[in-house]
Amino acid sequence: MFKEICQKYAPHKDNLIQILHEIQDTDPQHYISSEAVDTVAEYLQIPANHIYGVLTFYTMYSTKPRGKNIIRLCESPPCYIKGSENILRKLKVLLGVNVGETTKDGQFTLELCACLGVCGNAPVMMINEDVYGDLTEEKVEEIIDKIRGNRK
Amino acid sequence: MKYYRSHILVSVNETSLAAGVLDFISALRNELAKNDLSEEINVLETGPLGFFGRGICLTVYPENINYEDVTIEDIPELVQEHFLKGRPVKHLMVGVSEKFNPKFNYENRIVLRNSGIIDPENIDDYIGAGGYEGLEKALTQMKPVDVITEVKKSGLKGRGGAAFPTGLKWSFTSVLNVPQKYVVVNADEGEPGTFKDRLIMEGDPHQLLEGIMLCAYAVGASKAYIYIRGEYKLCIARLENAIRQAYQYGILGKNIFESGFNLDIEIKIGAGAYVCGEETALIESLEGNRGNPRWKPPFPGVEGLWKSPTVVNNVETLANVPFIIAKGADEYLKYGTKECPGTKVYTILGDVAYPGLCEVDMGSTLRTIINDYAGGMRKGFRFKAALVGGAAGVILPDRLLDVKMDFTSLNQYSAVLGSGAILVLNEHQSIVDLLWSILRFFRHESCGKCSPCKNGTQQLYQLMSKIRKGNGTMEDVDLMLLIAETMQQTSFCALGQSPIMPIRSAIENFPDEFIAITKK
Repeated sequence: MFKEICQKYAPHKDNLIQILHEIQDTDPQHYISSEAVDTVAEYLQIPANHIYGVLTFYTMYSTKPRGKNIIRLCESPPCYIKGSENILRKLKVLLGVNVGETTKDGQFTLELCACLGVCGNAPVMMINEDVYGDLTEEKVEEIIDKIRGNRK
Repeated sequence: MKYYRSHILVSVNETSLAAGVLDFISALRNELAKNDLSEEINVLETGPLGFFGRGICLTVYPENINYEDVTIEDIPELVQEHFLKGRPVKHLMVGVSEKFNPKFNYENRIVLRNSGIIDPENIDDYIGAGGYEGLEKALTQMKPVDVITEVKKSGLKGRGGAAFPTGLKWSFTSVLNVPQKYVVVNADEGEPGTFKDRLIMEGDPHQLLEGIMLCAYAVGASKAYIYIRGEYKLCIARLENAIRQAYQYGILGKNIFESGFNLDIEIKIGAGAYVCGEETALIESLEGNRGNPRWKPPFPGVEGLWKSPTVVNNVETLANVPFIIAKGADEYLKYGTKECPGTKVYTILGDVAYPGLCEVDMGSTLRTIINDYAGGMRKGFRFKAALVGGAAGVILPDRLLDVKMDFTSLNQYSAVLGSGAILVLNEHQSIVDLLWSILRFFRHESCGKCSPCKNGTQQLYQLMSKIRKGNGTMEDVDLMLLIAETMQQTSFCALGQSPIMPIRSAIENFPDEFIAITKK
C-alpha cells in the first residue's frame, strides 16, 4: 500500500512531504509507521534518518498510532486569551486522557497546536478535517457526545 | 443568460462550514422552491463577505442587505418576509441596532474587491469582474521590464511583514540570464491571529493566480509553487479548482495568449511549522527537508529553490499586482500614504463587536480600524491593549490608539505592521498572561538550528512562567529583556530576532503589571 502511494509521485526528494501527508491521511490510525518510512526511503533513495528528521520537525505528522478522531486544540495567543485553557481542561476530563494520548477505545487523540488560522472564532479546535469555533465548555461536550453517538 | 430579481450571496468559509452552511443552502433553496421563487431568486456560494458573524452570513442584492448568524430555523421567516413581502428581517440584519455599517468595508478595496461578490469557484465570474485583464495587457502590450517598472512605480511593499519593495525584489531576479527561475507563493500563514491570506484565497483564488502569472512573466519564470498550510482545506480545494479552470481556458500552460510565455503552477502542502514562513526555510521545506532557514546571502532571488533564482512573495502582495497592471500605478498611488501606497488587509479579533477582516488604506489609525471597521469594543468592555502584527508584533496601549498603521509610521514606535493581525484585549485581561502565551508559542516554534533562539526561547518561557506564578523579581524582568536583545542580535533568522518586540512593548507600556506581580 505504501509503495502504491509513493508511485503516484515522481521519485524525487521534493515530493517527500506530500507522500508523507498521503500515507498518514490514508492510514486508519493516522500515523507514519517505520515500515512506511523504509518504503519511502527506498523509493526516494534517501536515508531513513532524513525522513525521521522531517517527520519529527513538522507538527502535523505522527510516528505513533493515533485515534480515529484527532482533536487539535489551538493554544496560541488569540485562543488562549479567549479561554482555550478551560477548553483543554474540559477535554481532558471528558476524554480521560492527557495531551498526546489516545483514549482506550481508540476513538480520540488529544493534541495541541499553534494556530489553525480561524482566529476570528477563537477558541478553536479541529477534529480531523472539521473546524469548530467559538468553543465553550458546553459546546465541547455536545461535540464529543455527538461524535461518540455517531460511532456507536 | 438567465436573469434573477434578486441574488442571495452566502459566504462559504471555515466559520460558516462549521455552522453547517451547506445544509443551510440546500434548505434555503428548498424553501424558495416551495414558494415558487426559484426562478426569481438565485442563491450563490461566495467567499468572505467582509463582515463576520458567529455563523452563517448572507448578503442580498440588489438591496445590499447583510444578515448574520442566520440558522436553518430562520429560513421560513426570511423567505416569507424578505423575498415574498419585501420586508427585510431586522433582527437578523447586521448592525441595525448599533452605529455600525459593515458596508464601510466595501470602500477602498483592492485585494478583496471581488470577495463576497463573485463565485470563487467560477472563472467566468472573475473574468466578468475584470479579471485577467492585467495579464492580457502585460502579455500583449508590455515587456517584462515594463511590468517591473509599473510595480516599482506603484510603491508596492511586501505584505508578508518585511515590507521590502516588490518591484525591486523582482528586478534582482529578472536580470539573471539562466534557463530556470521560479516563483514561490508563501501561503503558509502561521502567525497567530492572522488569517487574511486564507480569506483572500478563499474569496478570490483567481486573483492570486493572476498575480503569480504577472510576477512569473516579469521575472522570466516558467514554474510557480504555492506553498500552502496543510490545515487550509477549503483554500487548497478552491485553488486546485482555479488552476484547473485556468488550464482549461489556456491561461496557464504553454504559449499563453500566443505570446510565447509558458507557466505551470503547482500546489505544495505544508506540514505545520511556523518557521516555514521564513522564505529560505520555506524553500528547504519545498525541497523535502526540515524547514531550517538558510544563510543569506545569497538571497533566494539569486539562489533559491534547487539553487535557481526564486522570487518568494506573500499572497497579499501578489494579489495587489493585477490591479496595478490593469489600472496602472497612478491609480494605485491614490490609495494609502506617500511612503506606503495601497491598502492593507487586517484581521481583527478579540473583544471587538465584529471580529473578522477588513481592507483599509495604509495610514489609517488603529482607532479607526477598531471603531469603524470592527464595530468598536464588544458591549460592556473597555479597550486595554492591542497586539498588533501577531506573536512577533507589539502590544500597544490606549495612548497609542491614534498611531497610523503603515510601515513607516509604526517604525517610529519600534512597532511593526507584520502580517496585519490586531488582537484586542479588554480591561480585565492580563498582559502578563498574554506575554506568557506568546513566549510559549515561540518556544514551541523555534526550529532549533541556532543556539540563541533554541535556548533563548526556552529561557524566556521559563522566566515568564516563574513571573506569572508570582515567584519572579524585577531582576528576572530585566534578564528577559537582556536575553531577548541578545537573541535579536545573534539569532539566525527573524524568528529568534522577534521575541524582543512583544516583550519590550509589554514591559514599557504596562510596567505596573510586572511590578505588581513580582516580589520586591
